[in-house]
Amino acid sequence: MDFGFSEEQDLLRAEVRKLLDARAPLEQVRKVMETGSGYDPDLWRELAELGWLGLTIPETYGGAGLGWVDLVVLLQETGRSLFPSPLISTTLAAAAILDSGTKEQKQRWLPSLADGTRIGTLALLEASDVLAPTGIALAGKPDGDAFVLTGEKRFVADAGAANLFVVAFRTGDGAQDLALGIVDAGSAGVTGTSFATIDATKRLGSLKLDKARVPKSALLGEPGRAWPAIEKLFDRGAIAVTAELTGAADAALGLTVEYAKDRIQFGHPIGKYQGVKHPLAEMYVDLESTKSLLYYAAWALDESPAEVPRSASLAKAYGTDAFARIGIDGVQLHGAVGYTAEYDIQLYLKRSKWARPAFGDSDFHYERVARLGGL
Amino acid sequence: MDFRLTPEEEAFRSEVRAFLDENLPEGVNRNDMRFVLEWNKKVREKRWVGFSWPKEVGGGGGGLMEQVVLKEEMSKRKAPPLGACFMGLAWVGPAIIAYGTEAQKQRFIPDILDGAYQWCTGYSEPGTGSDLASLQCRGVRDGDFYVVNGQKIWTSIAMWSKWMILLVRTDPSSTSKHEGITCLLVEMSTPGVEVRPIQNMSGSAMFAEVFFNDVRVPVENRLGAEGQGWQVTVSALASERSSIAEVTAMFRKLEELVELAQRTQRNGVPASRDSRVRRQLAVFEAKIEAMRLNGLRSLTQQLRGEVLQGETSVNKLLRAELEIDMGDFALELLGSAAVYGRGADETVDGGRWQTGALNWPEVVIGGGTPNIQKNIIAERILHLPKD
Repeated sequence: MDFGFSEEQDLLRAEVRKLLDARAPLEQVRKVMETGSGYDPDLWRELAELGWLGLTIPETYGGAGLGWVDLVVLLQETGRSLFPSPLISTTLAAAAILDSGTKEQKQRWLPSLADGTRIGTLALLEASDVLAPTGIALAGKPDGDAFVLTGEKRFVADAGAANLFVVAFRTGDGAQDLALGIVDAGSAGVTGTSFATIDATKRLGSLKLDKARVPKSALLGEPGRAWPAIEKLFDRGAIAVTAELTGAADAALGLTVEYAKDRIQFGHPIGKYQGVKHPLAEMYVDLESTKSLLYYAAWALDESPAEVPRSASLAKAYGTDAFARIGIDGVQLHGAVGYTAEYDIQLYLKRSKWARPAFGDSDFHYERVARLGGL
Repeated sequence: MDFRLTPEEEAFRSEVRAFLDENLPEGVNRNDMRFVLEWNKKVREKRWVGFSWPKEVGGGGGGLMEQVVLKEEMSKRKAPPLGACFMGLAWVGPAIIAYGTEAQKQRFIPDILDGAYQWCTGYSEPGTGSDLASLQCRGVRDGDFYVVNGQKIWTSIAMWSKWMILLVRTDPSSTSKHEGITCLLVEMSTPGVEVRPIQNMSGSAMFAEVFFNDVRVPVENRLGAEGQGWQVTVSALASERSSIAEVTAMFRKLEELVELAQRTQRNGVPASRDSRVRRQLAVFEAKIEAMRLNGLRSLTQQLRGEVLQGETSVNKLLRAELEIDMGDFALELLGSAAVYGRGADETVDGGRWQTGALNWPEVVIGGGTPNIQKNIIAERILHLPKD
């Protein structure tokens, strides 16, 4: 039994942190988040060269061949830095191809996702915002051996930057008659648009499809049987978002602790007073508990698939509520300066608002835990 | 990261399971005196009492991971405790092993392992709760004796104990309140010791006030050096690990709560269909699972030879919340019937939920209040200035 990181993983963490501290400190992040694309293409290429974009892609397809526990290490650091990039989106698109694609499909798309020349993303949700088979209404009309899609996918992360979309659509009226297909941004009738969210380091938007064709060669897995694969992508997404949010929450707690040590009121650092130190201790309890739940879920993804749904839901449910609290308390404990645009703590509060609905909020995931437990 | 056990640890798990199959048959009455005595003898023969203690003193010499396996298996099967002397095994024994003389080890350790009698713990005083080091109970050296005068309170099972581990102030002039404290082992039958039980809010009396009036304690019963009492206590309480057995017991409580929600009607349907009830039960599950995994992370740190800084306070806080909230949630589920306690005709399940909802202070206050745990985290881990 060993519930900790390996030396290699500690080393990876140190390398990522070193690079992001040097190249993407918060003053730089603030500049990048105001740009149209919302990420820094030079740094994106650099990450690709370091092998971090294809961390979980096997070496045969140009990746580093590591697991999701390693990915968690990387994402905790990008979360800590509020690093703006389509890293999670691209990783999830690659995971969809790895989970369900043929060897040919993997050879066709994975190397370009690993080397950063292609940016991928998932287009699963629609206007109904339901993470279940009923939430996927977009109909694929059979046309020869292709499906033709007309409609709109919503809440698509990095939709403006992406040139490869993994789209969930419907092949029939049966509850689970679903399919996953790859749609290229360059093909006819495909328009991806995204906007800065209230967390300007994250981009979210929509994918409009007007008679867009998904040929047979671009279908992931067998059409009409895609729900288990889609559900697994939701789990992967929940784990990836939780990984970034633990990094961000860690940084928010760190900023607030430092502030509490420096800020003098009534003749003492405010961190001496229990009214301040106790909420900080509570943040620590919630953060450490989230980390434990997260590491277990990531381990399950790599080693024990049967344990994934429950563990992923526990991590996202607990973590998303914890981070919401940490964001609010972090700003509050900073006092008036916490409300200013100048101080960084507000950026983390905004990140917590972004992280809450992404791949399911706590109501969604706790209900799933209840169901999985037989309730 | 790897949650699997080594082949040796798996073999040990099988050994424990086989033992339980043979010695804890399905449906056995766990309160039957004959069964309990037989059980105590058998686990003692296996050296599973004091499992982690050195073999030289009669312990099992077991490793950390085996200890986890043993406790987990025992807890899963609701086995009786490993050994009958609770406080002796939890902290008095470890303190004697660490600080005791050869004579003290020979005199006390075998009795603790055999469960020959109970120990109680004389730490808290009326004016000394969370601020334990401010204790005032006096010990004055008089030849080969210490003469003890003062009062202790919240002393669990004092009325059924033969011995007490006691902290007294032997040097009131020392500048630091942590100095000048001495640890004594006191026989409760010594003249001048008076025990007065205190009734708690759930109606039972598990703790007591203990008064000392010119109680003469032989110097040979001092544990550690004079003035070393604080270190002795701190080291003893440090061996009180947040254990995996607790987590298994919490999961069992949750199962009972789920079952209660399923058979309790709300608006004509089982309460378990109510979305708020479902969410609350899942939140409990998340917190218990977090306790399990936090414990495994701390255990990994210990196995790697790292020193814990106060991480166990995280689980103590989670447990405190769970004990209070789960107890209270059961009463909420019962609706109007929740107000009947033991003895009323319409009491649900003999009043066990009411007792459960009133007994949390035993766990939540004993061993450090939540506010003290938060101070520990804030000061030792986050390095905020001391209060």
